[in-house]
Amino acid sequence: MDALLHQVLAGLATGGIYASVALALVMIYQATHHVNFAQGELAMFSTYIAWSLINAGMPYWAAFFLTVAFSFVLGVVIERVVIRPVENSPVLSVVVVFIALLVILNSVTGWIYTFTIKTFPSPFPEQPLFGNKYMSSHEIGAICITMVVLLLLYGFFRFTPLGLAMRAAAQNPESSRLVGIRVGWILALGWGLAAAIGAVAGMMVAPIVFLDPNMMGGVLLYAFAAALVGGIDSPGGAVFGGFLVGVLENVLGAFVIGNELKLAVALVLIIGVLTVRPSGFFGKVHVTRV
Amino acid sequence: MALLEASNLHAAYGQTRVLHGISFSMEEGTITTLLGANGAGKTTTLRALCGMVRTEGKMRFGGQRIDGRATEDIVRMGIAHVPDGRGTFANLTTEENLRLGAYTRQDRAAVETDLERVYGYFPRLRERRAQQAGTLSGGEQQMLAVSRALMLRPKLMLLDEPSFGLAPLIVKELFGILRTVNEKEHVSMLVVEQNAAMALDLADHAYLIETGRVVLSGSSDDIRKDDAVRRSYLGY
Repeated sequence: MDALLHQVLAGLATGGIYASVALALVMIYQATHHVNFAQGELAMFSTYIAWSLINAGMPYWAAFFLTVAFSFVLGVVIERVVIRPVENSPVLSVVVVFIALLVILNSVTGWIYTFTIKTFPSPFPEQPLFGNKYMSSHEIGAICITMVVLLLLYGFFRFTPLGLAMRAAAQNPESSRLVGIRVGWILALGWGLAAAIGAVAGMMVAPIVFLDPNMMGGVLLYAFAAALVGGIDSPGGAVFGGFLVGVLENVLGAFVIGNELKLAVALVLIIGVLTVRPSGFFGKVHVTRV
Repeated sequence: MALLEASNLHAAYGQTRVLHGISFSMEEGTITTLLGANGAGKTTTLRALCGMVRTEGKMRFGGQRIDGRATEDIVRMGIAHVPDGRGTFANLTTEENLRLGAYTRQDRAAVETDLERVYGYFPRLRERRAQQAGTLSGGEQQMLAVSRALMLRPKLMLLDEPSFGLAPLIVKELFGILRTVNEKEHVSMLVVEQNAAMALDLADHAYLIETGRVVLSGSSDDIRKDDAVRRSYLGY
């Protein structure tokens, strides 16, 4: 029982990270109906920036916030420079651009920082908090940070005019222009936010999986599964999916299929959801008249 | 000086040319209507004014050139478009739809008063303020579209077939409110309509458009008396 509880709690901790990345995917999907395959590499690249800053002697939290800000700007720039020109191209062209971004970010990081695995510090103490024996401080801290990010995002979308404009632009770009929303910039802002969320996820997962250019490969796959389980157009669903996938992956990995096959859980979930319920648990079912 | 002036507008969708040199103008504070059958180019003219289709020719609003400008910038100059199909943000609430109408405005306090003002015009929208706008009836969505446009505090409103798909009683109510808005708030209006009788009752001036050209123009009274218009568009 103890072991099960431990696995569930650890699953929630990684689940929060999957939830963040899934949320970043959903944000871009909602606005453009594209799945950004480079989301994970973007987060990985941001994490390396944080690593550089910390190694240069910057305090952890200063580096953390600077990295988030930098990632936001990077996301905006990538949208403006790379994505904008292919905005109205067929979906396959966009996918190719995403894959190119993935490969480029991965190789550039490897070229700058080498592919050697590095340790990444956690801002939380090494001793478990409150003397509990189930979760490490980092796991608890990661969950808290994820929750803060989610709450901030919720507040932003729900209560600010800019958040409202982003929701409007995602569902009806033409009407949005007619009320004066600069839809192009809203898309860039969406990319910026997604990159910033990804950066937080990267910095939270790096102390667990260690820092290397391929560290987000698995995370991205779980995040895909999470986004699909929740419904690719539902932010709340993505968060729910993230935690569910985290727990499932951990519990099944520990007791049923073994650690080697953990990643298969994500693949099975992806295929299962797409065949049985393509809109996920919370997604809208789109019906088109023919 | 004319509030709105279009001269020699040409527009095309791909290879299909829709506007063949339309020219018209309207004075500040007036209601002008563009009449014409399906496919005459009425909707395209409105879309051209908002920079939503590529056009050739000159357009001036309040003396400033607006051709070639982005839709967002034209809206910021004070032109509110009530589009064909109503342009509802279906997944947002009624009130969120209205607040989006005021998106470009900085005067927060005045926005709140304006919200109350449009709820005064359309009490049904107040009842439905927290409801998803996509679940409103056609008539309510048309009221919402007009209200969203009013939230901009526009100088000019472009209305694309406001009577489309509405029950006659609701059309009457809506047109009554449009007249009130025009008289009390001095909002100029350019109305595109297929319902020529209703449009001529509302408007001061009218232009008759056929296959992308203006074929007749004048005061509403004169147009109403024109034999050809009476036979083809008014049906008596």
